[in-house]
Amino acid sequence: MQLTLWTYEGPPHVGAMRIATAMEGLHYVLHAPQGDTYADLLFTMIERRDRRPPVTYTTFQARDLGGDTAGLFQEACRSAYERFKPEAMIVGASCTAELIQDDPGGLAARLGLPIPVIPLELPAYQKKENWGAGETFYRLVRALARPRETATNIGRPRCNILGPTALGFRHRDDVMEVTRLLATLGVDVNVVAPLGARPSDIARLGDADFNVVLYPEVAEPAARYLEKTFGQPAVRTVPIGVGATRDFIAEIARIAGVSPVVADAASRLPWYSRSVDSTYLTGKRVYVFGDATHALAAARVATSELAFDLVGLGTYSREFGREIRAEAARHGIEALVTDDYLDVEAEISALRPELILGTQMERHIAKRLGIPCAVISAPIHVQDFPARHSPQMGFEGANVLFDTWVHPLMMGLEEHLLHMFRGDFEFNDRTGSHLGKTHMPAAAEAAVAEPVLASPPSQPGPTAWDAVAEQELRKIPFFVRGKARRNTERFALERGITTITLDTLYDAKAHFGR
Amino acid sequence: MTPATDILARTGSAGCTDAPVIQERGQREVFCGLTSIVWLHRKMQDAFFLVVGSRTCAHLLQSAAGVMIFAEPRFATAIMEERDLAGLADANEELDRVVARLLERRPDIRALFLVGSCPSEVIKLDLKRAAGRLDRAFAPRVRVFNYSGSGIETTFTEGEDAALAALVPQMPDEAPGAAPSLLVAGTLPDIVEDQFRRLFADLGITRVGFLPAPRLADLPSVGPATRVLLAQPFLRDTARALEERGASLLSAPLPVGAEGTTRWLQAAATAFLVPRELFQNVTAAGVARAERALRRHRTALAGRRVFLFPDSQMEVPIARFLHRELGMELVEVGTPYLHRTHLAAELALLPEGTRIVEGQDVERQLDRCRQAAPDLVVCGLGLANPLEAEGMTTKWSIELMFTPIQGYEQAGDLAELFTRPLARRQRLSV
Repeated sequence: MQLTLWTYEGPPHVGAMRIATAMEGLHYVLHAPQGDTYADLLFTMIERRDRRPPVTYTTFQARDLGGDTAGLFQEACRSAYERFKPEAMIVGASCTAELIQDDPGGLAARLGLPIPVIPLELPAYQKKENWGAGETFYRLVRALARPRETATNIGRPRCNILGPTALGFRHRDDVMEVTRLLATLGVDVNVVAPLGARPSDIARLGDADFNVVLYPEVAEPAARYLEKTFGQPAVRTVPIGVGATRDFIAEIARIAGVSPVVADAASRLPWYSRSVDSTYLTGKRVYVFGDATHALAAARVATSELAFDLVGLGTYSREFGREIRAEAARHGIEALVTDDYLDVEAEISALRPELILGTQMERHIAKRLGIPCAVISAPIHVQDFPARHSPQMGFEGANVLFDTWVHPLMMGLEEHLLHMFRGDFEFNDRTGSHLGKTHMPAAAEAAVAEPVLASPPSQPGPTAWDAVAEQELRKIPFFVRGKARRNTERFALERGITTITLDTLYDAKAHFGR
Repeated sequence: MTPATDILARTGSAGCTDAPVIQERGQREVFCGLTSIVWLHRKMQDAFFLVVGSRTCAHLLQSAAGVMIFAEPRFATAIMEERDLAGLADANEELDRVVARLLERRPDIRALFLVGSCPSEVIKLDLKRAAGRLDRAFAPRVRVFNYSGSGIETTFTEGEDAALAALVPQMPDEAPGAAPSLLVAGTLPDIVEDQFRRLFADLGITRVGFLPAPRLADLPSVGPATRVLLAQPFLRDTARALEERGASLLSAPLPVGAEGTTRWLQAAATAFLVPRELFQNVTAAGVARAERALRRHRTALAGRRVFLFPDSQMEVPIARFLHRELGMELVEVGTPYLHRTHLAAELALLPEGTRIVEGQDVERQLDRCRQAAPDLVVCGLGLANPLEAEGMTTKWSIELMFTPIQGYEQAGDLAELFTRPLARRQRLSV
């Protein structure tokens, strides 16, 4: 039993729903108790979808358990087929139905529906949402994809884009961006799947020359299958950031036999990063946590394209623990692979980064600790479906990353000016910053004082400030004062200093300064 | 002292008292009972709700509650894993370990609810016994209770019913020969509770308790002199448990709208022999304010046709309010369950011939809704946006559980929940 206050991923059948909802002409019949229909609102409310997910739930109740739940499931399949006339159907069980062992696959097969019916085995007590999405997509591809009719493809090279789903972090915009990039390289897209694909499109995946694995969490099992069965090579570079986009282009060029000429000018990131006002970004301590794809990409962009220091890297995608650990090792740190946000919170509290790139949960952790934050990954929030085009991938995606990650930080020039004029009467606590309350150390200090389940309550310690030091502390600009106070107190505590003097303050500054 | 008689005009007909109710079975687009933890834990401030369930349960709770906003939610899920399913003895040990860890970290908790879920019910994990064992281990500091919020046994608000029923044995006995007291059962927002407290005090009813209480130690007493007024329509088991303790139930509509509130207060006033004149004096200002607030909304809503999908079992009282106080026409009143006895006073107030549907087959109900093309659809969050996209105007029913809607001062707010979507559609020209 695992005590869980909050979870990064839903159960595996929600992953299957993300596949079904992304597609057209596919229906999912889910053997599930009353209440599991809550998952519909993820799609209709968070993603603001204008249609219900194509899912029929049996919604059995206690009174059905003594009776014929198998019959109930068959009836649900039959009426879903009659009503929706899908091209194909996937059938499976949620956690509770798994326990009653009705065998949805066998039951559906016995109905003899005139369409492909694909059974899903998604072990709810072992696996989670992304695994469920990957497994479902793989099962669909395995059941429906056919080899190409003609031996070779004449004309422009063609690829499939694999991995984008419903409820995916910027999947809609990434697909648009990558499709455009491929077009400039002279590569056509055969099928994008699962997002927007029909079962009949899955059937013609074999017509492509190669596959682009856009989101490994979802697409990797299917891509491996297609590689093995149809001999389709897979492009595995995820084009997030300028460097990765260039690598992606090179890999496409190699596999498709096209010229890797694309104007880099499409991204402003390289110049904005070199512009002198970005100097202040140098060595900013950044903490990265998310799904494996986005966390790995963020680690690379943060360090080599923005010149941040990576102080922490983690993921909740246990399936990709090895890759994350290897990347962390390259930066001389240890990766955190966990699905317990309290572990993440404890690590962030200990590392005290200057910027967090995480999920919506890390955004809340950041708010409590008074640390700037940008969201880079699912699990998502209605805010992660912006009205505007806002990709993470390709050159335009790199522009988005620059803006999204840099804006939460105090602007460099602004920081210098505040330092210069810190003695002026306007720069007192009451004036505040236009950046709002979340960056105010006052809020941060209050938040730290709150007991948090995972981390031991912050110890104020036996240290006290003498009047002169306290006076000096007040001269430090408000937006860094909280940090200065904490660092100095930690410094004092570690050295057994009971009274913080002016010297302690500046000793601590020298110790922590870079 | 002259006992107050019913000062309200009786309805001309029997309304829907004996009307046939259409029973429907099929896919139910409703929450399970776990969802009521979202408001119960805000109300009961020293309680912790530990769901013993699956990742689905945890995901439901965080999706329904937007859990991330709480630094430290007072609910959690003990997620069962493969190895817990292998042997039950092991699951109990695991549960003890999880509870011990939880209580060690949360010394402020006085009441711990072990909440059963679909998977825990299906594998027949005996949480009642586990709660007894843990209660012996942690009493008197922490009392451990148990109820089921599983979807196979409870629908949405029935989770609150099960939780409150589990608390009833914990309520102290009323002193022998005690004067009659009033017990209001069902979670009300604090602001509403305070308003009712003041009204009862003005009516001279001084011994008033509310269930649930903010702290376990403040649970009201119960006994043969207790008169129970239900503040929510879904408290079947709680009411039965209170009756078993000797309390008697007062029949009344729910305190929704000006009329509902007056009739609800009247039921108490009658039982406590409040003079008619005093009742009128105490309620007059509230009635006048509520009616003034409703007037504007009546202009916007009168004659409009409304279709209610089943959700919280609040549908019948809400339909009564929309019809009688705002002049709306009721196309269909869906409800997950209908407790005819508790809702007798409500059903009597519905217009004759109202289509009441208990249970659900969501696809067929959607067909009927499209066919009827109502002006306003009251439905859950899974259906609202798809129906809006089809051109219908919707109101999310879940707001009826999270917003203060009861009592005179909230009557206008309640009406506004229904006028806003219509006004918005009218204003938008994109």
